[in-house]
Amino acid sequence: MTKIKSLADLKKMKADLQSQIALREKSDNPEGRVQVRVAMATCGIASGAKEVMEFLIDELEKRNIDAIVSQTGCMGYCYAEPTVEVTLPNQDPVVFGYVDKKKADDIIEKYIKTGELLEGIIPVNYEKID
Amino acid sequence: MAKFKMHMLVCGGTGCRASSSDMLYKNLKKEVQEKGLENEVQVVTTGCFGFCEQGPIVKMIPDNTFYVGVKPEDAIEIVAEHAIKGRKVNRLLYKDPVKKEQIPDSKHMGFYKKQIRIALRNCGLIDPENISEYLALDGYEALGKVLMEMTPEEAIQEVIDSGLRGRGGGGFPTGVKWKIAHDVKGEQKYVVCNADEGDPGAFMDRSILEGDPHSVLEAMTINGYCIGATKGLIYIRAEYPLAIKRLKIAIEQAREYGLLGEDIMGSGFNFDIELRYGAGAFVCGEETALIHSMEGERGEPTFKPPFPAQSGYLGMPTNVNNVETYANIPVIINKGAKWFSSIGTEKSKGTKVFALAGKINNVGLIEVPMGITLREVIFEIGGGIKGGKKFKAVQTGGPSGGCLTEKHLDTPIDYDNLLASGSMMGSGGMIVMDEDDCMVSVAKFYLDFTVEESCGKCSPCRIGNKRLYEILDKITKGQGTMEDLDKLRNLSQVIKDTSLCGLGQTSPNPVLSTLDNFYDEYLAHVTEQKCFAGQCKDLIRYEIIPENCVGCTACARNCPVNCIAGERKQVHLIDQSLCIKCGACMEKCKFNAVTII
Repeated sequence: MTKIKSLADLKKMKADLQSQIALREKSDNPEGRVQVRVAMATCGIASGAKEVMEFLIDELEKRNIDAIVSQTGCMGYCYAEPTVEVTLPNQDPVVFGYVDKKKADDIIEKYIKTGELLEGIIPVNYEKID
Repeated sequence: MAKFKMHMLVCGGTGCRASSSDMLYKNLKKEVQEKGLENEVQVVTTGCFGFCEQGPIVKMIPDNTFYVGVKPEDAIEIVAEHAIKGRKVNRLLYKDPVKKEQIPDSKHMGFYKKQIRIALRNCGLIDPENISEYLALDGYEALGKVLMEMTPEEAIQEVIDSGLRGRGGGGFPTGVKWKIAHDVKGEQKYVVCNADEGDPGAFMDRSILEGDPHSVLEAMTINGYCIGATKGLIYIRAEYPLAIKRLKIAIEQAREYGLLGEDIMGSGFNFDIELRYGAGAFVCGEETALIHSMEGERGEPTFKPPFPAQSGYLGMPTNVNNVETYANIPVIINKGAKWFSSIGTEKSKGTKVFALAGKINNVGLIEVPMGITLREVIFEIGGGIKGGKKFKAVQTGGPSGGCLTEKHLDTPIDYDNLLASGSMMGSGGMIVMDEDDCMVSVAKFYLDFTVEESCGKCSPCRIGNKRLYEILDKITKGQGTMEDLDKLRNLSQVIKDTSLCGLGQTSPNPVLSTLDNFYDEYLAHVTEQKCFAGQCKDLIRYEIIPENCVGCTACARNCPVNCIAGERKQVHLIDQSLCIKCGACMEKCKFNAVTII
């Protein structure tokens, strides 16, 4: 094990280690962050929700967007899987259907970054109980 | 490096481990591996989440799902449903005791709503056996800052300005204590961590050591730099094996990383820490007794002055603080005295950790800002009194504290207010009592503890407390006199005034506070030989109410001494000469046919 020989060493080590635990810190305070939920029921997984979720996690981090990506059960839009719900800070959630990697990329670039709505938005027909 | 998209935090505190959380952790890990998710889901053992009554607890990140009462065999369902399909396992969610609703995440649980976690900041969040996780959350940064950018005097001033007071109970300003140790000359100075937690029902320090040992090591090292010490000692109860194990791991890791030992972080400062084990005597929490115990002598207190800062371990200047006090230090250095002192009341800054126990819905470990009221703690965080019963009293400060009542519920909790109310902060035990508790018996319980734990060195404590106990015992047996009530008060005052150490000086507090607040109960015991709460066995008898008895035989079948007679569908009768007053009949009767007279 290399010893920490200065405060700069310590800070560098912290920066390297932070990503390991960032998810836990962020989750403690989800408000004020972009929250992305990927439906991961059987039909979602079969339609490729897992790949979409991995893409979203990687790309949001690469593009330096402070977001929490989590998975959820069936949202009830089996016809349009994979479905992704995005909640921007202080806004109502918006659900996107038929999300593949390309569409996920659009969601990040257009909706998350600029708030521009895309085609294929599914009206939210449920109410979440907090 | 694996990129985890989900973290499963399994509580690894002593309480949850006693309910097989270590087996649960193994099963979760195995399931995750079997399903090929080891690169996506990280299973971590953390320190205590605080909500001990509901354990074992598993917290799912990032959606903060809070599973309670999880059994090892639930691992299969959690992985299959939550980790793979993102569906919550509803049956494992916490149910609000009052509203009876399921609450999916910790954010919405009353238990966590009013808490501010400073000393417990990393408990339940990081793996205490992995230094990397502590480092990722600003760990040892305060130490680095102090060593590289601050003089000892500046760092001490920061602690003074923060207004932090000793969390062991006495409430002496921590920074001032450090300054005294700094100013005294000595060839070898020592830093001591008091981890001898002896209050009945208290487990704050243990939880911090189990959940975040590095924060204490870091603070002790900062203290060493500030006062000019190169050696640190942690005096810990041998009956805290998990805390000891995790401390040993933490010390080893800190040494490996160059954060303990020679030339820390290249600063030229040397400091190392050793463990010393105590046998678990309450008096050894008193700093002079603790030091004698560490020196291999009997754990007896000595008169102060000289204070340990002047002449402590091996006659050298020694700074003694307790675990919770130390756990606050890195945050004070990192965030600044101003930030810290913005929390709390005028004379008590920051937060306090309490072990909330007794007749309350949410039992557990909480950290709240100073100035919060007892009502908020008991009825909001604690979820109110169990079984919808009436609140009667709350004992704060353990055996050294007193019982507070309804009229104190809206008093903001801080050192001075508690003292003014006839109790004290103590190390932070908080035991809630309901209408079924007899206050004379409560006082007797604490005196029994004090008598047992008195070191015997000074007569007021050794003999006085024993006499107090005997008088209380007499009263609970219905043999007390009015003269005894006067004796109780006088003797208590003498013990308070003449005992050598804090243990004796505070031991009569439970008696005095119950005398002040529940005098009518004492009076009823003495003049009417009655115990309102029905707890004093010599003053009560169980009777069957004939009108309510349907002859179901439940009482007779459950009576351990077979003293209940009666045929099926006929009224039963208790033979008073045989009854041991265990109350099993009353507990089992579904028709309210058993009563206490």
